Amino acid sequence: MSGVFVWVDQFHGKALPVSWEALGVGRKIADTRGVPLTAVVFGQDIDRPVQQAFHYGADKVLKCDDATLAEFRLEPYVALLVKVVRDNGAQIVLGGASTRGRELLAAAAADLDAGLLADVTELGLEGDCLKATRPVYAGKVLSTATASGAVQFATLRSRAFPAPTPDTSRSGEVVSVAPVLSEDQITTKVEGFEETRGSVNLADARIIVSGGRGVGGPEGFAPVRELAEVLGGAVGASRATVDAGWIPYAHQVGQTGKTVSPDLYIAVGISGAIQHQAGMRTSKVIVAINKDPDAPIFKLARYGIVGDLFKVLPALTQAFKAKLGK
Amino acid sequence: MHVVVVTRSTPDTAAKVEVNAAGAVTWGDAQLVINPWDEYTVTEAVILKEAHKVKTTVLAVGPEQHNDSLKQGLAIGIDEAARIWDDAMEGQDSLGYASAVAAAIKKLGDVDLVMFGKELVDVGSDAHIYQVGRKLGWPVLGSVSKIQAIDFNAKTLKVERMIEEGKQIVSSKLPAVISVLKDINEPRYPSFMGIRKASKAQIPVWGSADLGLGDAASGGAAHVRTIAYSNLPVRQGTVEIIEGATEQEKAEKLVAKLLEEKVI
Repeated sequence: MSGVFVWVDQFHGKALPVSWEALGVGRKIADTRGVPLTAVVFGQDIDRPVQQAFHYGADKVLKCDDATLAEFRLEPYVALLVKVVRDNGAQIVLGGASTRGRELLAAAAADLDAGLLADVTELGLEGDCLKATRPVYAGKVLSTATASGAVQFATLRSRAFPAPTPDTSRSGEVVSVAPVLSEDQITTKVEGFEETRGSVNLADARIIVSGGRGVGGPEGFAPVRELAEVLGGAVGASRATVDAGWIPYAHQVGQTGKTVSPDLYIAVGISGAIQHQAGMRTSKVIVAINKDPDAPIFKLARYGIVGDLFKVLPALTQAFKAKLGK
Repeated sequence: MHVVVVTRSTPDTAAKVEVNAAGAVTWGDAQLVINPWDEYTVTEAVILKEAHKVKTTVLAVGPEQHNDSLKQGLAIGIDEAARIWDDAMEGQDSLGYASAVAAAIKKLGDVDLVMFGKELVDVGSDAHIYQVGRKLGWPVLGSVSKIQAIDFNAKTLKVERMIEEGKQIVSSKLPAVISVLKDINEPRYPSFMGIRKASKAQIPVWGSADLGLGDAASGGAAHVRTIAYSNLPVRQGTVEIIEGATEQEKAEKLVAKLLEEKVI
């Protein structure tokens, strides 16, 4: 068996949506080459993502269900991924450019002396090579690059590729593999975990409502949160508000924060500095709410409301509630 | 006991970066600055130096322009700097870069901790960080938002890592490679005395021969090649400002438009 491998990123049994986006891309490449598509799932209690991998297009699943893999740790994961890639002669290895995916695929590429195209937004084949488009210079410029060699890796940016429609009638062969490292060979240990309160992963979010300096203080995020909640979206923030201590860093969108690409980005009281734009300019529809009609954010936005956000936001929340029947 | 930070000079974050008619990436007369994420690693190294009396070194891979970021590191309080480069390294990929950094760390000899900023904003990647860890055979802890404990004698480390789902506490043995997020500290800036000292520093340059690399870090050995750069597609259309007599009227109009476009 050779062909295309997709590593499925899952956390405590729940797969990240970008894994299915990567399977969708892997399916196309496998079909073009006429080779099978194999999903690779590591963890503990992972039956659900294993079954889902078939629904999203895998022909076969290689799984390793083991206590040493319950929490992601680079050493045991990379040792195992490198082994299954070698043993099975995989030519192309894809995964989501999540925190774990970026680490794992880069490390596996190093062990295999292979090329890696990181955090790509377009991916295809050119002859024997993988060819990708990647944002560089903080998203201000695009680069086109190829990876050559016996094994080629790529990590895919969240929401840059469509997720395939799941077909729950699909299934296939599941092959169990054994872990490579035992617990006493692993030098790192996960000692604790604290879930982010009301966490919606910004990279996966379909809707983001983001607050900037205009919200005036920590309490100014209350109406931002209310609107995000009604829309089932995530809360973002500008660097200024994070630096001022109004909201935790995990919410920061922009050059030294997260890069997001939602269907709808509502920028509230955000002027739209170039560093903020770097993190959100690929959003499909941008709405700007700002009292300054000359704020640069209006140049990116499809719709704008010039006004006092403390009046506009509650009115918007009300209007959405009424329309969405909440 | 030795802490190393690896940095790079990148265009100022406010610079307008574009691709010119010749296909080259340009940023006008904007200054080169230290890669924004590295302000935090340099600061963290100085904090560790003060608390644990460790030696600190800052490294960069690249031509002479990268001396700017190395000098910035020295001016903030790092003890020593070295630049890794020879002309054959032009066009190297992340693995070539990682091979070069790993070889330089081996040359330094007594390193316990290597720190990188979350990513390099110019190349838009963090792959080299994990690859350096693999080349050295050391554990890598990415996206560290806090060093909870570090013991250079017992060779242990405990950090907080920020992942998509929340915050993870992870312990590790030293030596290790970590990547650092903005949350870790308040960046320090160069003092007048620091700038004076840094301006006089002679920064050694280590080539492939000095590091015993063969062609491992060369452009010729690269598996990844950049074919072309292009400007971003222009965002279609202009903003439609929603007018109305009251906030409520504006809000209702906007909601209607978003529903009509099936954005919601």
